[in-house]
Amino acid sequence: MTTYEPVIGLEIHAELQTKSKMFCGCSAAYSEAPAANTLICPVCTALPGAMPVVNQKAVEQAILVGLALNCTINPMNQFARKNYFYPDLPKGYQISQYDLPVASNGWLNILAGTDPQRIRVRRAHLEEDTAKLFHHDRHTLVDYNRAGVPLLEIVSEPDMHTVEAALDYATRIRAILRYLGVNSGDMEKGVLRFEANVSVRPTGSSELLTRTEIKNLNSFRALTRATAFEIQRQTQIYQSGAEVVQETLGWNDLKEMTISQRSKEEAHDYRYFPEPDLPPLEINRAWVEQIKSELPELPEMREQRLIMQFGLTVNEARLLTSDKALADYYEKTVSLSKSPVKTISNWITGEFLRYVNDMGLDLEHLPFPPEHLAQLVDLVTAKAINDNTAKEVLAGMFKTGQSPETIVKANNLGQISDQDALELVVAQVLNDNPKEVASYLAGKQTVFQWMMGQVARLTRGKADPQVARKLLLQALEKARISK
Amino acid sequence: MTPSESNKPAFSIDADMVKHVAFLVRLGIQDEEAQAFSHQFSAIIDYFHLLNEVDTGDVPPACETSNTRSVMRPDVIKPSMPREDFLKNVPHREGDYVQVPLVFGEE
Amino acid sequence: MQPHTLSIREAHELLTTKQISSVELTTAVLDHIHKTDPLINAFVTIADELALEQARLADQRLRQSEDITPLTGIPFAVKDCISTRGLRTTCSSKILENYIPPYNATVIDRLSTAGAVLIGKQNMDEFGMGSSCENSAFFDTHNPWDLERVPGGSSGGSAAAVAANMGLFALGEDTGGSIRMPAGFCNVTGLKTTYGRVSRYGLIALVSSFDSIGPMARSAYDCAAVLQSIAGQDLKDATSLPDPIPDYLKMLDKPVKGLRLGIPKEYFQAGMEAGVESSIREAIQKFEELGMEIREVSLPHTTYGLPVYYLVLFAEASANLARFDGTRFGLSVAEGAENVIDQYLQTRREGFGPEVKRRIMLGAYVLSAGYYDAYYLKAQKVRTLLRQDFEAAFEQCDALVAPTCPTTAFKLGEKTDDPLTMYLSDIYVVATNPAGVPSLCVPCGFSNNMPVGMQLIGKHLSEDVLLQIGHAYQSATDWHLKRPAVSK
Repeated sequence: MTTYEPVIGLEIHAELQTKSKMFCGCSAAYSEAPAANTLICPVCTALPGAMPVVNQKAVEQAILVGLALNCTINPMNQFARKNYFYPDLPKGYQISQYDLPVASNGWLNILAGTDPQRIRVRRAHLEEDTAKLFHHDRHTLVDYNRAGVPLLEIVSEPDMHTVEAALDYATRIRAILRYLGVNSGDMEKGVLRFEANVSVRPTGSSELLTRTEIKNLNSFRALTRATAFEIQRQTQIYQSGAEVVQETLGWNDLKEMTISQRSKEEAHDYRYFPEPDLPPLEINRAWVEQIKSELPELPEMREQRLIMQFGLTVNEARLLTSDKALADYYEKTVSLSKSPVKTISNWITGEFLRYVNDMGLDLEHLPFPPEHLAQLVDLVTAKAINDNTAKEVLAGMFKTGQSPETIVKANNLGQISDQDALELVVAQVLNDNPKEVASYLAGKQTVFQWMMGQVARLTRGKADPQVARKLLLQALEKARISK
Repeated sequence: MTPSESNKPAFSIDADMVKHVAFLVRLGIQDEEAQAFSHQFSAIIDYFHLLNEVDTGDVPPACETSNTRSVMRPDVIKPSMPREDFLKNVPHREGDYVQVPLVFGEE
Repeated sequence: MQPHTLSIREAHELLTTKQISSVELTTAVLDHIHKTDPLINAFVTIADELALEQARLADQRLRQSEDITPLTGIPFAVKDCISTRGLRTTCSSKILENYIPPYNATVIDRLSTAGAVLIGKQNMDEFGMGSSCENSAFFDTHNPWDLERVPGGSSGGSAAAVAANMGLFALGEDTGGSIRMPAGFCNVTGLKTTYGRVSRYGLIALVSSFDSIGPMARSAYDCAAVLQSIAGQDLKDATSLPDPIPDYLKMLDKPVKGLRLGIPKEYFQAGMEAGVESSIREAIQKFEELGMEIREVSLPHTTYGLPVYYLVLFAEASANLARFDGTRFGLSVAEGAENVIDQYLQTRREGFGPEVKRRIMLGAYVLSAGYYDAYYLKAQKVRTLLRQDFEAAFEQCDALVAPTCPTTAFKLGEKTDDPLTMYLSDIYVVATNPAGVPSLCVPCGFSNNMPVGMQLIGKHLSEDVLLQIGHAYQSATDWHLKRPAVSK
């Protein structure tokens, strides 16, 4: 039977982080609106006679993204009307960009599994978000607070051939947007939405067969599940000898399947034409250069630097740079700590991230600063606490936000490496367990570990294991001699 | 050209096309209306074919009438309008929301 | 003295010398409207209380002699497509019959700042689509010179009102002759401004790239006074022009001697009513007497102005009118609607008149996939040629003169059955809008007892020159002072 390979292109809709909306002065912070229909004006509710004016910051952010994605910034931009009727679209057209977008012809390096791959970015254009609809049994309610919030649509070429590649592309775009400070990446708030164009073709062929468009993908999980589902669905259709129909699909998260959304007779004819209310937008070189100079270090560059600078492995560097806040946190911790970089990396990529993920924390709003993490790692390095205790302390830091020193003190967790104190403990262990001492001296080496355990028990785990080990060996030697 | 030919437009938009464009602009129309519009549309569009006389080979399309360029506003929040000012014109409302009949499909 | 017959200039003199108050003037105008408008039907809404309230405020300003402009205390009305806060704004459409804007158009704010007194809203062809005012969803407006005839369109209510002395001036809106054509039919002076000279914010759009707001008044002088208050960049309209505003009133008295006046030969073709042509020829003679240089010029793409105009109009209007969907304002026919599409179909079916329906459907057609290049794009390319025609002509002359319409006002009902014939009545006025240039309609005679209008067309932002020429002509003639019997 013929095998098929997928061909995937992604459209990513990212809300830009401006203060005001794309075409009017209403606040764009709709998720913090006090109530429905409070962040509105004649422009974003499309009252008769109202006119749009472009938000300069949105254009700058779009240019920034275009540069980060290695695009050409088009010196002449034009807005266009995309005409369709839907209750979330007050004007009956969306102001978007059509043949003259802000940015075009860029690329982004990804990893398709373990293979590096360059994905072409076709274009990035500005448009406006729609109102929010709330569907009820008998009717639908509309809140216009979100209407007119600036959106950047980033369109890839159909260059991805596995679900993993699509996921990596999307993940990296999200990271870049966060690095640039133009999008929070907060998927749950819907600030980033995906649409996937999916087709399949006989493996090895280079033709492009009929594609479907899956809308409504609001999480990475939905993106991967939906594309995987659609690839399988199309493959089965071809294998059964039928044809795939070009259509728009929605992803139903609960049923875990794609569902047809538009019948053929409603096939969209958006009748784009230049927006006459907005004069053409010139983006001159000087402006682009100025924005370029503000371009921060991006994930790919940072990954390389961390490998060079700190000797990280590729995987560590990728993980640490996947998110700007994490990378910032990491580098800040390294700069504040006296411990070896390797130790810090291990703590952050291990225990620290485990908590962050388990607790679903936002890296930008962690309960404690890098100073505290640096202190914790330094306490371990200085042997003031052992690894197990440190894990306990870290848990406390996540829970209470207190500094590691405070937690250690308050719970009396400091490591006992004091010779005199530990000698007493060791003496007690020998004293209390004459049988075990005898059996050790008779040659049963395994008893030694048991006796170490007793030291730990008596010190409630705070004994410095290396010191305790040394003292226990010394004490046992003494016992052998005195026997 | 014979008289009968000159009466009939050389170009025609049929009633189905009229119904199609009516739906695109969400206008409810009935069959007999579509028929009447079809005759008018054919005559009007046919008249516009006059433009085919003009050689526009290298001519760039005009799109804007004013010579302004790159007009933008700073990213500054302006006060929104009082909600009641908006809602008082709304034909069907429920509380603070605008109500519309059922919407099929996704958000 | 009959206060309602005053010009802005005369009324200003009387107001500032305290010979009349704005309340007296406004009351006289309102009384005249209540007496006369039942014959004319120029007004959709008459705002007596609001008007008197503003007149009292204007009187305060006049008493304190503070902050007085040539428009302080002057009663005026506007075409009903200009948004007025708290005052119904209908576009003469059923779909907006009960819509009360929560905000003012920028021009209304500016006139209010100047102290002018808004007295009402004037009838028009629905959404500006028409040339006779017969496409109003509410009623026909009658030409005050002959009640059997149309006032022209689409600013027909405004032209008829100014001609019949119902308001000292009006704000009209010109998309493709909508100020000049009715001004010519009613013997009113009307100015289509340069695209972008006057803010469109709050103007309910017909064709966003053509629409221009402008004054309609008794004289070029009065138009200059109004333009002074409404011109200038508006940060809410990205297409409004930042260029400085000349002192229009000061420019009026500059001599016209030596100015070059072009006669576009394509505007003097067969089919023009004889009385119209002779009136225009006489006016040209007058310009020559005033010392202007007359020369023939050519605007070779004139024939294509009409199709370009209508193609772009259909396209833009189909999008501009999409927001009228029964959701946020205006008529909403949701009874029995199973889903929102039914609401759209029903609302727009009942809310729009036949001409509007025709044009938005044609707009969808010419923008549709597969037709875009042949119609919309082609029209935009020819539009470039139309602009170039004007640019070339203005290298040879300072202004052009042409008739506003091949005929005088036609009879009500005469052209309503055939949309294409109706479109053809716009043939002389449409080309200016795709080019964005200004044009002033000046009354220049009568043909069969109906007024004839000529238009002066200038290059971008040359309103001052057009008003100067118009003023010189009106200083030498008195056609513009003639008023119909009902205006008394």
